[in-house]
Amino acid sequence: MTGTAPQARTTTTYREALRQALREALARDERVFLMGEDVGRYGGSYAVSKGLLEEFGEERIRDTPLSESAFVGAGIGAALNGMLPIVEVMTCNFSLLALDQIVNNAATIRHMSGGQFSIPLVIRMATGAGRQLAAQHSHSFEGWYAHIPGIRIVTPATLEDARGMLWTALMDPDPVIMFENALLYNLEGELPGDAGAVDIDRAAVRRTGNDVTLVTYGGSLGKTLRAAERLGAGGVSAEVVDLRTLRPLDMPTVLASLGKTHRMVIVDEGWKSGSLAAEIMARVMEEAFFELDAPISRVCSAEVPIPYPKHLEDAAIPQVETIVAATLRTVGRHA
Amino acid sequence: MITDRPLALKLLREMLRIRRFEEKCAELYSAGKIRGFLHLYIGEEAIAAGAMQALGPEDAVLATYREHGHALARGIAAERVMAEMYGKYEGCSHGRGGSMHIYDARTRFYGGNAIVAGGLPLAVGFALADRMMHRPRVTACFFGEGAVAEGEFHESMNLASLWQVPALFLCENNLYAMGTALERSEAETDLCVKARSYKVGARSVDGMDVLAVMQATIEAVATIYAGGGPQFIEFRTYRFRAHSMFDAELYRSKAEVEEWKKRCPILGYTNRLRAEGLLDDAALAALEAEVAAEIERAVAYAEAGTWEPVEDLARDVYTARAA
Repeated sequence: MTGTAPQARTTTTYREALRQALREALARDERVFLMGEDVGRYGGSYAVSKGLLEEFGEERIRDTPLSESAFVGAGIGAALNGMLPIVEVMTCNFSLLALDQIVNNAATIRHMSGGQFSIPLVIRMATGAGRQLAAQHSHSFEGWYAHIPGIRIVTPATLEDARGMLWTALMDPDPVIMFENALLYNLEGELPGDAGAVDIDRAAVRRTGNDVTLVTYGGSLGKTLRAAERLGAGGVSAEVVDLRTLRPLDMPTVLASLGKTHRMVIVDEGWKSGSLAAEIMARVMEEAFFELDAPISRVCSAEVPIPYPKHLEDAAIPQVETIVAATLRTVGRHA
Repeated sequence: MITDRPLALKLLREMLRIRRFEEKCAELYSAGKIRGFLHLYIGEEAIAAGAMQALGPEDAVLATYREHGHALARGIAAERVMAEMYGKYEGCSHGRGGSMHIYDARTRFYGGNAIVAGGLPLAVGFALADRMMHRPRVTACFFGEGAVAEGEFHESMNLASLWQVPALFLCENNLYAMGTALERSEAETDLCVKARSYKVGARSVDGMDVLAVMQATIEAVATIYAGGGPQFIEFRTYRFRAHSMFDAELYRSKAEVEEWKKRCPILGYTNRLRAEGLLDDAALAALEAEVAAEIERAVAYAEAGTWEPVEDLARDVYTARAA
């Protein structure tokens, strides 16, 4: 981006924005390194780290064997010992093999040590369904991980966040898991030439509206915004809140929107039972029950392992149509 | 023949400190002062006492839930370890960890991990960081033989060897993973074979002989510094007490325990020092008195310690942020 006027906008993709964030972090601090399966020679299974091996070398773009527990644990150990590691777990589906390290070590060591040690680690992983990859490659575990105190969960859903969340996450002294919905990698758009670090504390209102608040995050943001457009054409003014960080939740932003619209629909690709959507509902009940003019509704994944056939997969996860339908019910209108 | 008398006595002192500390812990557990799980190191003292002599202050140490001995031998004050047993704020982990989670930044002691084999991947990362930053250090990771059944052991051995990181894997083979004997859980009971299969240099030594432990660890550290890659040592040892305070010990015979007690690391070493003229009754009594006073101070310190206010419950889950 050198030579570009600061405010000039460049066309880019979510993938390139992530790569630019990685490149910046690696160039900025010698303690930063990237490790994971196929991040080097292969260029990243989603091509996020393509070209970085040539630029930064094998020490810092470190291919690992298929040993999720060991390399995630090694990331934790390296972070405890002065490094700023970025660990790529190819997809959240495989992160279950590293769950012990994430839950029992990354999330607990600061607390168990009485605050003596920080773990400035970022774990990146792809998430989500929608590519006919069937049950074992289509999980959405963002909400699951958000259950655990001691880790921070971020879900970049825009180019700005893909570009800017990584550095802020690395500078955070505590472990951060960054979920990248795999359907977003090809997302195209423009970024200012001087795009850089963004906060990872606040939810963002991505579209303003007065009739209903649609709360979502990650891969469902695009669908929710499209649903809001369609609702707008039908005379329903929907505000869209992108949570951005799932733990800790920015409830003030959610409640501020509710205070304006008094109705809420939550869109969450996780399974409905015990979902993040359930948590947000519960908090609204606890903190703002009397703001509600109607029951909150949820658009979540159906309670099935994600099936292979396209029509069944589509039916299993949130879609623009189901978001529109749920919203119309919530505002007392029928399509 | 031992020539360095101060070192010889230091090894004895370290083992005695651990033995008496653990005996006191068992007593305090019965008295309700220490709660939760309590895993005593009695019988295995020679390993922590001997191995620590090979490490420098900049090296990192990781251990398991049976780590009181390692903490003491590493140089964490007995007062702070005992206060941690009590759960007092003055404990080395401010009471948040308890007996299984002793941490200490000053001595680079990184737990206290209560998941079997959970510390091994961390050790690989510690050693990787040192290698990447060109710091002349080793990372010592203690674990029991039960860990070799876990995938994390195998993944970590491979990764450490693949990346040639300065990690020292110290396996305390006390023959039982809780109540399961090694031969009832492993098809291959030769632990060094497992390490060597990952091209990790391995040796097996008598874990009841503090001098052998020290010597083997010094050699392994030297091998790492000489470019030999990560090293594995199996210390053959035995736990004299139950696995934890809840263990009725139905899985091993009293005769077997008694047989191993004859090989008590402290008894054997004391006799050896006497035979070599380095220790007499008066010196031993003085040493015992010194250790007893230290343990007494540790208990008094823990007793006088404070309970963290409940208002601070949520402290140290995340790093406090500037508003």
